[in-house]
Amino acid sequence: MSEAKMPLWEVFIRARGGLAHRHCGSLHAADAEMALQAARDVYTRRGEGVSLWVVPAAAITASDPADEGPLFEPALSKIYRHPTFYDVPDEVGHM
Amino acid sequence: MPNPLVEYALRLADDALILGHRLSEWSGRAPMLEEELALANIALDLIGEARLLYQHAGAVEGAGRDEDMLAYLRDAPEFRNLLLVEQPNGDFAVTIARQLFFSAFMVPFWRALGGSREPSLAAIGAKAEKEAAYHRRHAAEWLIRLGDGTAESSGRAQEAVDELWIYTGEMFEMDLVEQQLAACGAAVDRAALRPEWDRSVSDILAQATLRRPEDGWMQSGGRGGRHSEHLGHLLAEMQFLQRAYPGASW
Repeated sequence: MSEAKMPLWEVFIRARGGLAHRHCGSLHAADAEMALQAARDVYTRRGEGVSLWVVPAAAITASDPADEGPLFEPALSKIYRHPTFYDVPDEVGHM
Repeated sequence: MPNPLVEYALRLADDALILGHRLSEWSGRAPMLEEELALANIALDLIGEARLLYQHAGAVEGAGRDEDMLAYLRDAPEFRNLLLVEQPNGDFAVTIARQLFFSAFMVPFWRALGGSREPSLAAIGAKAEKEAAYHRRHAAEWLIRLGDGTAESSGRAQEAVDELWIYTGEMFEMDLVEQQLAACGAAVDRAALRPEWDRSVSDILAQATLRRPEDGWMQSGGRGGRHSEHLGHLLAEMQFLQRAYPGASW
């Protein structure tokens, strides 16, 4: 099965209304409609979702793993960006 | 004469079970992983429909036959399924054409059965209509791509359509059993579904750039237990376990 005729698609599922679509896997299909059907058949057999997106994998621009240092390491030393240094008043309840 | 409601439920159950088993024969042999799961999903929908209908038939009959006995302990002449659904899988085009012809009929059929005066049948119809709608969509999209694909896929798709066409007439047959049940609002008038089936199948064949065969002589006999030689082989495999080890379970 040639990659050109059966390109790779990335599949995203919305588990239920109000949640964002999340990436759940990939599959091969000839076109968008067939990809959507295959996504339904491969990834929603156990009631995983209420909405599907399929995106040609070739349409995704990914960061280069070699850039991991410059892209992501600077964030590691800035723990003050996590909201863990604030006292949350009891009245606020669960956040 | 058996209870007409039992007979009716068995016909519908046998259609679903035999086609479901046929599709299950693709397990491990499908052209690609995605399609392997698609065919197995459809098979499981059909077997689920068959189970509900066998349970209903057994309950109405009241003779102590459960779904397993009805599925596994009857011989070919006792099966009431359409000849279409027992036809061998052939190549992928044959499987898809068979699925399209059947599901294009079952969508309006289940929808109409949803209005049956028999509450169990109405409930089964309402559930199965959604399943059939997906089966039709799946088969239609494949047939369009096979027909409008390469010279080889188009040739095979046309052969499949031509080969199976003589089995499509049986879906619309109304014998005395179904006429009487339809008259009292329990069963569906199959003949009345013809226009919708014609429309949807013609539309899909046109999109697939396939030629619609002429309506000529049609095969018939499944409802009376007169089957093609293929059914016996199918049952031999499907029923083997229960025949060899009666009551086996795991």
